[in-house]
Amino acid sequence: MKSEPKEIYSGITSRKYIFILMMGTAVVLSFILDIMSGPAWLSVREVVLALLGLGDSTGHAIVWVIRLPMAAMAVVVGAALGIAGAEMQTILDNPLASPYTLGISAAAGFGAALAFVLGVGVVPFAEEILVPFNAFFFSFLCCLAIYFIANKKKGTTETIVLAGIALLFLFNSMIALLEYIASADELQAVIFWLFGSLSKATLPKVAIVFVVLILIIPIFALDAWKLTALRLGDNKAKSLGINVEKLRVKAFVLISILTATAVCFVGTIGFVGLVAPHISRMLVGEDQRYFMPLSALGGAFLLSVASIASKLVVPGAIFPIGIATSFIGVPFFLFMILRRRRDFW
Amino acid sequence: MKLEVFDLSYSYSTTPVLKGISLTAEKMVTAIIGPNGAGKSTLLTCIAGLLRPEGKILLNGTDIRKMDRDDFSKALSYLPQDAPSRAVLTVFEAVLLGRLHSLKWRVGEEDLGIVYRVMGELGIEELASRTLNELSGGQRQMVSIAQALVKEPEILLMDEPTNSLDLQRQLELFELIREISADKQITLVTALHDLNLAARYADHIVVMKEGEVVSSGSPNKVLTCEMIESVYGVHARVSVDEEGIPEILPVCSAGRRKNHK
Repeated sequence: MKSEPKEIYSGITSRKYIFILMMGTAVVLSFILDIMSGPAWLSVREVVLALLGLGDSTGHAIVWVIRLPMAAMAVVVGAALGIAGAEMQTILDNPLASPYTLGISAAAGFGAALAFVLGVGVVPFAEEILVPFNAFFFSFLCCLAIYFIANKKKGTTETIVLAGIALLFLFNSMIALLEYIASADELQAVIFWLFGSLSKATLPKVAIVFVVLILIIPIFALDAWKLTALRLGDNKAKSLGINVEKLRVKAFVLISILTATAVCFVGTIGFVGLVAPHISRMLVGEDQRYFMPLSALGGAFLLSVASIASKLVVPGAIFPIGIATSFIGVPFFLFMILRRRRDFW
Repeated sequence: MKLEVFDLSYSYSTTPVLKGISLTAEKMVTAIIGPNGAGKSTLLTCIAGLLRPEGKILLNGTDIRKMDRDDFSKALSYLPQDAPSRAVLTVFEAVLLGRLHSLKWRVGEEDLGIVYRVMGELGIEELASRTLNELSGGQRQMVSIAQALVKEPEILLMDEPTNSLDLQRQLELFELIREISADKQITLVTALHDLNLAARYADHIVVMKEGEVVSSGSPNKVLTCEMIESVYGVHARVSVDEEGIPEILPVCSAGRRKNHK
């Protein structure tokens, strides 16, 4: 016996703290850079002063009215999608599971398209509220549908994944149908929404996503060990005393709320929910106490960088962030997959 | 802890797999043997509380259906025959999950100590910081066994624990398991394919065929040429070695021999 168990274990965990700390720092830096960047660049000093309410009125207006809501939205939505994807992959034991691949984003898109094209809302309100509300409603509906289809078959993970993929195709063709009957203006609105965009972000919307995150994270955290144990397989998890079906349903409901809230304000930003958990898994493994926070930070970082890039690609205009996310995320993701030395799924 | 099974029956949809099984296992090693499809794994799964069979399963006289769920899962460890987990966890983290019932957000020193001690006993402490996907099948099996042991159960159910272990590890594992079950007063029930391992390490053997118990008792009583021929359809020579332990040498399939004649 060379060393103490405590030392060996902290040897394993200290690496993980470092990754989380690094990613956290990266998020803060990209967040500040995101506020600085735009048609008129601001200095770090101007940003900090404006955030503290000490700068001049122009800087204050740019930061608080335009840049901060978008930058903060990128961070909270990225975090929400990162966690949603991480927990989805965990409970479904499937590396392809994410809000995007299971049709939840497509359902949100359909809800938004319905509002744009037919003016049909689930609540009679102005468009500003109608579109996100419809998106939320349909993505939540999609989650419920997946759940009920799966429940018929006793909630096996394969059924959930297959039901999700079926719904993805269904909602995509319903979006196509709406696009087919839409006028040119409506069509443009639908397509821009589907690209995903932060430009409609406001501080109250950021606050809503933030509050949902703050409420849901502790619930996941309380089940952290159980969720980690779920990855050992259902039988082992059950024999450790976990009510696997109940845990899966609970997590699925939480994921649904998280995803629906995130996508309803920004449109289809699919890639983040798939990639952030994979990057996190490669760096810290699947102990949920590290996996979940790093997935959140990874998602936030990815979307924040995409937000910066979307402002730099076409100077003076904002490139749709959904496209930027994939352009940045895909090469990075492929690089991570190709350089790894062992299988992670 | 005393484990009693009374008249246990279970069917997968309409196919009956267990037909009125009764057995008793006490503080010692009970091996369940029998050909493929005899219902050994289903029996262990039922005892582990993962299926809802007809009949009764008692732990120290209490029906497991009436036991508190936490008490039940604390008392019993079950090592399924599942494909190994693909989770990206280090060996230390994976074994630690066996202590799920006592884990808090901050891992306590007691849990760490038990995990490290069991890893040491199983000879896998050197692997502590390796991840599961870097291990061989046998190493992963040792991790699963460690996981089952760190719970410090009173009843330990193992389904073919020696699968994918090399010869040395098989023997070491059983010697260790015997030692631990004697030391900690664990009731061990294990499904086994290897009759010689059962002969050497089991105190009690239960023979199953087509969902029924056909014979049970001490290795010397149960492991006979007649039993092996009727249950496995195999001609075998059974001799007794100098320690008094039966040795089984399979000769040929009984079906083939008939054809030859």
